[in-house]
Amino acid sequence: MKKILATSLIALAAASAAQAEGELKLYNWFEYMPQELLDKFTEETGITVTMDTYDSNEALLASLKAGKLGSYDLAVPGDYMVKILGDEDMLGTFTAEEVPNLVNIEDQWMDVPFDEGRKSSVPYQWGSTSFAVNREVFDGDIQTTGIIFEPPAELKGKINVLDTSGETLTLASMHLGIPQCTSDRDQLKALNALVMGAKADWASFGSDVAKDVLVSGDAAAGMIWSGFAAKARGEGAPIEYAFPKEGVIVWMDNITLLKDAPNRDSALAFMNFMLEPENAATLTNYAQYSAGVKGVAEFLDPEVANSPESNPPEGTTTVFVEACPEEVQVLYDAIWTNLKK
Amino acid sequence: MAAMAPGGASSSEIYKGNASRLLLPTWVVIGVFLLVPVALMATYSFLTKEFRGGVIWEFSLAAYDQFFLDRGLFGDEPPKIEWTYITIFWRSIWQAGLATILCLLIGFPTAWFIATRDARMRTVWLLVVTVPYWVNLLIRTVSMKFLIRDEGPLNAMLLWSGLIDQPLGLINTNLAVQLGLFYSYLPFMVLPIYAAVERYDFALSEAAADLYAGRWTTLRLVILPVVKPGIIAGCILVFVPSLGAFLAPDLLGGAKSFMIGSLIEEQFKGAAGNWPFGAAAAMILMTIVMIVLLVYARSQTREAKA
Repeated sequence: MKKILATSLIALAAASAAQAEGELKLYNWFEYMPQELLDKFTEETGITVTMDTYDSNEALLASLKAGKLGSYDLAVPGDYMVKILGDEDMLGTFTAEEVPNLVNIEDQWMDVPFDEGRKSSVPYQWGSTSFAVNREVFDGDIQTTGIIFEPPAELKGKINVLDTSGETLTLASMHLGIPQCTSDRDQLKALNALVMGAKADWASFGSDVAKDVLVSGDAAAGMIWSGFAAKARGEGAPIEYAFPKEGVIVWMDNITLLKDAPNRDSALAFMNFMLEPENAATLTNYAQYSAGVKGVAEFLDPEVANSPESNPPEGTTTVFVEACPEEVQVLYDAIWTNLKK
Repeated sequence: MAAMAPGGASSSEIYKGNASRLLLPTWVVIGVFLLVPVALMATYSFLTKEFRGGVIWEFSLAAYDQFFLDRGLFGDEPPKIEWTYITIFWRSIWQAGLATILCLLIGFPTAWFIATRDARMRTVWLLVVTVPYWVNLLIRTVSMKFLIRDEGPLNAMLLWSGLIDQPLGLINTNLAVQLGLFYSYLPFMVLPIYAAVERYDFALSEAAADLYAGRWTTLRLVILPVVKPGIIAGCILVFVPSLGAFLAPDLLGGAKSFMIGSLIEEQFKGAAGNWPFGAAAAMILMTIVMIVLLVYARSQTREAKA
C-alpha cells in the first residue's frame, strides 16, 4: 500500500513538473486581458496561461497573504500595492538581461518610486480615476469633485461610488484639499463629515459594476476608471469623463513577478511578450487606458489613441494614492466602516 | 423521526457492533471540515492583528474590544458601548427574520398545494419549484437586478400599463434586498414543509371535522403540530443563510450598508485587513446562531417529554 502510494506520488510529481515547463499562472484584474493576446502568447511560446481575477488591490494582497503566494507567477497590482508587496517581501526580482524588452518602457515609467529601476515589475496599463456624468441628465459644469461629494439636484440619489476606501476617500480628500494619510484630527473629522453627508445622495457602492450602472442608467454619475468610462461610452452611455479642477487620481498597474513563482521562466517570457509594442497596443485597444511602452502609437486604434478619457487637458492635477502607515490607516478604516454601518 | 423508518429494527441488527466504525467517515468530515476551521477561527479571534492582513501569535482581546467598546475615532475617549457593529448585526438579523417570515407565508400554502396534488402532478410542481435553482445564485441575483431596475422590464410594463407614472425606484433599497433573499431561499422553505405535509394523514382532518372542529381549529390543533418539524427545518434553512448573505445586499441593495457577511469580508479582503476582528465577528455571529438552535432543541426535547 505504502509503495503504491509512494510510486503514484512520484508519478504525480513528475507529471506536474513536466507540465510546469509550459505553464503560467496569472492573477489579474477582472475584464482586463483580451483572450486573443493570451492565445497569441500560447501560440508563440507553447506556454498555456491560467488566469484568475480579483477586483481590488486589497483583495489581491489578502489572497496572497492567505496562502496563494507560491501558486501564482504574476499579478497585476497598482503602483502603491507594488510598494506594499515589496515591503511585505512578496516579490521576486529579475535582471535587465532576463527581460530584454525592458528597454521599451517609456522613460517616465522606468524609475518609478514603487519599483526603482524596474527590478520586479513592468508596466501593464496606466490611467486615471475620477468620475463620469450622464450628460442627458445633467448638462452643467462637471469639472469639480463637487459632482460626487456635493452633487447638484439632478444627480442626487443617482450616484455610484467605487467600493474601495482607497480611491473613494482619496478623491474626497482632494475635494477638501487635505493631504492623504493625514493624522490631523480636524481634517479627518471634516473628511468623515463630508462622506457621511454625501452618502445620502449616493445610490450605490460598486467597483465591478461601475461601468454597468452608467450604461444601464441605474446611475447618472459615477466614480470610474478612465478606460472603463471609455468602454461605457463605447457601449452607448451618453457620458462624459471629468478631469475635475481638484485633480484626478493617477495609477499604474504593473505586471509583477511574485516571490516563489512556480514558473519563473514562463513569467519572464510573458513580461517580455507584453512589452512588445504591438502586444502592448493590443492590450491598450482592449482595456482603453495607456501602455507606458514606447512605439505603441502606430498600432493603436485611432478612437483609443484619441479618446478624451486618455488625454487629460493640459494642466490637470494628478495624484497617486499613497500607502498610509498603520496608525493612520486604522483611522481611514474607521471612517470607511462608519460610512457603511 | 428516525424511529419511524420502516425496517429500522432489522437494519440496526445487521450493523450492530459496527456503529463506531461506520460513523468514522462522518467524524472525519465533521472534524476536518467543521471543528478544525472553527477552532482556527476561534484562535485567530484572540490573536494580535498584523497590519494589512495576517496575525501575530500573541494573545489579545483587541478584536472583541473593538466590537463591543467605542473609544472614539482616535481611541482616547472613555469607552462607551459600540453601536456600529450591533447596528450591522441587527440589520442582518432583521432582514433574515423578515425573509424567513415571507418565505413561510408563501412557502407553506405552496407546499400544501403541491402535497395535495396527485403523484404525477406533484413531481411536476416540485420540478417547477426547483428548476430556477439549477442556475447559479449569482446569476439569479443579477437577473433580479435586471428585472427590477428603473429601466428594466418590470417598470417598463407597469409604466406601459399606466399603473404608475414613474419608475418604482426599487433598486438599491432594503426592499430589493428583501426580494432577493426571499427569492433565493424560498425552496429551502417549500421542500421541508412539503416533505412534512406529504406524510400528513388526511384522515386526521376528517376526524377533526367529525368532531366539529372548524377549518382554523383543524389547522391550528391538528395540522400544524404534525408538520411543525418541517416548518422549523424550513425556517432554519432560510434564516441561517440569509443571515450571512452578501450577494443580495451588494447587488440589489447597492452595498450601501454593511451586512454581517460584507463586514466580515471587508476584514479579509478590504483595506482594513483585520483578520482577528473578522474572526471575532464570525465567532459572535456563530454564537448567535448556536443560541437560536439550542433554544429550538431545548423546546423540542421539552415537547418530546411532555
